[in-house]
Order: sequence, then C-alpha cells, then structure tokens
Amino acid sequence: MSTLTYREALREGMRAALAADERVFLMGEDVGLYGGCFAVSLGLLEEFGPERILDTPLSESAFVGAGIGAALAGQRPIVEIMTVNFSLLALDQILNNAATMSHMSGGQFHVPLVIRMTTGAGRQLAAQHSHSLEAWYAHIPGLRVVTPATVADAAGMLLTALEDPDPVLIFEHGGLFSLSGSCPMAPCPLTWTRQPSCDRVTTSPSLAMAQGCTRAWRWQHRWPTPWTWRSSTSAPCVRWTRRRCSRSVGRTGRLVVVEEGWRSGGIGAELAARAAEHAFWDLDAPVERVATAEVPIPYAKHLEDAALPSVQDVTEAVRRVMQ
Amino acid sequence: MTTELSAVDPDTTRRLLHQMLRIRRFEERCVELYSTWRIRGFLHLYIGEEAVATGVIDHLRSDDSVVATYREHGHGLARGLSMRSILAEMYGRQEGCSRGRGGSMHLFDAATNFYGGNAIVAAGLPVAVGLALAAKRTGSDALTACFFGEGAVAEGEFHESLNLATLWDLPVLFCCENNLYAMGTPLASSESDPDIALKASGYGMAAWPVDGMDVLAVHHAAARAIATVRAGEGPVLLELRTYRFRAHSMYDPERYRDSEEVQRWRERDPIDALVAHLRERDELDDDALGAMEAEVSAEIDDAVTYAEAGTLEPVEDLERFVYTEGSSAAIQPQVSR
Repeated sequence: MSTLTYREALREGMRAALAADERVFLMGEDVGLYGGCFAVSLGLLEEFGPERILDTPLSESAFVGAGIGAALAGQRPIVEIMTVNFSLLALDQILNNAATMSHMSGGQFHVPLVIRMTTGAGRQLAAQHSHSLEAWYAHIPGLRVVTPATVADAAGMLLTALEDPDPVLIFEHGGLFSLSGSCPMAPCPLTWTRQPSCDRVTTSPSLAMAQGCTRAWRWQHRWPTPWTWRSSTSAPCVRWTRRRCSRSVGRTGRLVVVEEGWRSGGIGAELAARAAEHAFWDLDAPVERVATAEVPIPYAKHLEDAALPSVQDVTEAVRRVMQ
Repeated sequence: MTTELSAVDPDTTRRLLHQMLRIRRFEERCVELYSTWRIRGFLHLYIGEEAVATGVIDHLRSDDSVVATYREHGHGLARGLSMRSILAEMYGRQEGCSRGRGGSMHLFDAATNFYGGNAIVAAGLPVAVGLALAAKRTGSDALTACFFGEGAVAEGEFHESLNLATLWDLPVLFCCENNLYAMGTPLASSESDPDIALKASGYGMAAWPVDGMDVLAVHHAAARAIATVRAGEGPVLLELRTYRFRAHSMYDPERYRDSEEVQRWRERDPIDALVAHLRERDELDDDALGAMEAEVSAEIDDAVTYAEAGTLEPVEDLERFVYTEGSSAAIQPQVSR
C-alpha cells in the first residue's frame, strides 16, 4: 500500500479506471492542457491523449449534459466541475435529467455518470468559491453524493462510483488535496463509516473540524468512547437507519453533529431529526449542531475562520451536552 | 408541393401520409379522452406540425437516437413506439412506455433509443450532444436527432450545445421546430434576430430553413442533412418552419394570436397538402384514403382498449427505479476495522 496525497489518490484512481476501461473518459474545464485547476488530472492528457481527456469550453450545462448523454449510451464519463459553486450552472442537467431519468423512464435508462467537484472553504477564496452545497444535492432522490474524507476514500470511492449504474457526485474538499495517507487503490463502499476509536478521527471534510472532534472526544475521557461517524455519503438520511442511530446515540446518550455547511436545512439537521425520531428516549441531552455560520463565506481570514466550525465550537458543544 | 420534390416515389409518399394521419387522428382522440378525464396532466398537441417529425424520423436507422420535447407524441409514434404503450402511458398505467411515471411529456423507449420526452426547454440538447459523443467514441456512424422548439433558442443550453457539437464534430441533427410561439411569446418578441438558421451558422455548422408544413420538403432536407452528419462532417441544424394549430396545452385563451392567423396556417395543413399532391398525381383515390383512415382508426381503437384495460402499478412500487435495481451493494453500511 503506497502513501499518496489526496490529490494523487484521485489522480491514481482515475488513471486506474482509464487504463482498465475504454469507456471511461474525463472531461471538464482545464482538465487536459492545464492539468486540472487543482492539478488533480496533471499528466493524464499526456498519458491517455485528447480522446480520453477532453478539455471543454466554459459550458457547465452542456458538458454535464453531454456526460449524461454519453452515460445513457453506455460510456463511463467522469465530469470534473471546478467548484461546487459552478455546478449550479449545470443544476438543471443534474436534477432534471441525471437524477430523474431512471425513475421517469420506468427503469429503462440509467446514467452511470461520475461528477467530481471541489467543495468547502478555508482558503480565502470568498463567497463564490467556498461553499458547501452537499446538503442541496443530498436532498435529491436519484443521486448519490459522497464526500471522501481520507486518501484511501479519494481513490476508492471514485472506483466504486464508476461501477455504480447511477449518477454519483463526488465532493472533494479543497483543504484536503495535500493530505497524505495510505491508499490501497481499491473500491470502497460509499457509506458512513464508524470510527471505533476517537484516536482514529483523523479526517473529515474539514481538517479543523477533524481536529476539533479528536480533541473534544479526548477531553471527555471519563465517558464511554463515543462513536464517531465519518461522513462519506450524503444519503445519510437513508443510511443512518433507526437501528444504527439508536445504537450510536444510546452509547452515550449524547449527539453532537459537526458539519461544514449552513445549519438550516443541512445534513446535520437531518441527522438531528433522525435522532429525534429513532433515539428520542436514548438522548440525555439536547442534540448539538456545529455548522457554518449562515453568511456567504467572506474573504478576510479572521472572518472566514469565524464563519467555519472551529475546534473551540466543537469543544464547547461537547461540554454543553455533557453538563 | 414543391415541384422538385414531386419525384418522391409513391410508396414513400403514402407512408408519410399514413404516419401523419396516425399522429393527427391519435391526438384528436386524445383530446376526447382528456375531456372525459381518461387522460390528465398537461397534453401538448402536435396537430399542424406532423410533417416535421414524420419527414425527419422516416430516415433514421434503428441504431440512431432521438431526443424530443414535451410535445412528442408524434415523434414517439414516428419512431416506432407502439400507440398502445403511448396511450397507456397517458392513462398512467404500468403498461405505458414509462410505466406510468412519465405521462404525456415523458415518453421513453430503450428499444428504439427514444430518450424522451424532455419538459425543460433546451435541456435535451446537451444530452443529445452526449449521445452523439458516445457514438463518435465508439466509432459508430449512428446519429442523434434532437428536436426542440424555437423557444429553446433563447436558452443558454442551445448555444452551449451547438458550440460543443460543432467544436467536437459530433453527429447531431438539430431539428428546430419553429412554430413561432414559445408558449405565448412570439419569436419576434424573444429574439434580437429571429433568423435561427443564421445563429446556427454562426457556430460553423450547416443550417438552413425548411418549409415544415410540406412533408416532402422536410423529407428531402432531412435526407441531405443526415447524409452530411453521417459522413462525419459535424452537426447540421434544420429550422423547420411550422405552426401549432391548437392551444399550447389543453387550455389556452390564445390571446397572443388572432384566429385569422391560425386560419391562414390551417390552409397549409400538411396532411391536406399531401393528399392533394397525391390526388393530383393519381396516386391516391378515395378508396385508398378511406382504407388508410380506417386502418388508423382501428389502431387507435385498439390502443384505447389496451389502455383502458391497463393496470395500475402497486403503490408499494412507488420507490422503484429511483436507483437502478440491484445496485445498492455499493452503499451497504459498513463499520471500518
């Protein structure tokens, strides 16, 4: 098992898929000559040629729609959108076509399309490059939404996504591209993964949040080790089942949900609702949510920091549920 | 009828007439079924525009693909979807071509590469580009015929798609059905320059206007366009000038056009014109026309019987097909280590 960065793991995942399956191709803005706006696809054009690595015009709707059409016809396109904010230009295609085609056609047509995009804040890129809209997409039946949080997931989830007959959206946090870790280069389940020990809470969509979680759980060493769920799919609403929710919450009687994303209508809100539905009698304290402040992400470093969930926010939330 | 087109063989001409009659009579029956509440939802009629789908789709091969709009009964029939499956779909029955999940606006059929039935104006164009991209990648000379109204020209997806298709030399036949009104908005109120073929030419593709009320003209133009596309010379756009005789959907006060205008266009009815052409050449007599009408009528009766006898999908199946069946293994819960 080699040690790679998150960026390299994504690239190696694509390289493995391109080498293994002629149907796989990559298209998006600046994925070829430029090497990808975050250098994820660097070198792939030279290795696989312009028939497999397609630079597109700045036409998100057209090239996402073209990915849908190619997938309908049996290809396995990977479409890269620079950031989640730009994906809104293709929202019509993602929602009205990709997500609906299977159901609306009575199961006749399938869209095995993978869309990769960068998400998240923390790099002073301001309000049009920093948002976390995973919750929006997770709201839509027919899509799978995943947020690989480790280096192994970065490659593994891509490989799994390419085997999936339905559209999968992969959100790659911009703050994770340089993260190093071991990478088995094998498909992995698109799921929520339970971290059995607090020491292993090493990653999440936000590094700051991950650190916060670790510290917060350690602080509470007198209590049974809580189960920490690493977010990997945003069908949490479907996958955080009654049984798992109850077992998880029942262990400590407390639930803190940490997410990078706006609080109202967020994934954390859904999880809190699930806890209320499935684990109400197990809760010994109100559910705490730690989320992004409800503002467009500002440029200035101190304001951006203040907008994002912090170590301190998580620690205080844990303190509150323990009182 | 244009004189240069009169050389089309009578069998082809009669086939085109038969297809247009199927579409016309079928939709006339649909209106009756709508008024008796057998069909609900929106019902966008193609009456007046039959020459377009008929003339173009007549040339397509079975491995070609079709992308259409919410006004697509005619395209579905011309493409070979059974009248039974289309009507059952409008009835919301599971025997329908989309198992009752799509309705009138979302007819789908994998067997004939009929990709809908898209009710978002212009949203079918990028998908058509992708279908053509797949054909090109696999070395096939199959093409995608993409139908859309002139209203789509105002959407960004039209421009993005034309650009991409030309940039990548993709085998798409763009068929713009210019019926002059985007619902109730006249083309002249919508476009700074209403010349749609000219806009397409601006992207570097061959494009020209065609009399969409003359099925032989459409047939002739489509043959030429398809030959170009299939030869790998990139996409072509046909601006098919046509007219919708009926309301936008079932109910429409039609404040945006006057009855004289509708009447002028009705005088150019594509079916009447083709019948007159055939009669003039002694290629169709009353008996033959009567027999054709009877055959169409019998097919419609059969479709109605089929749809009436159709069954409702069990409500327990509501959530089927949101994801491909049997694919959930990839997301089974797992506890790490």
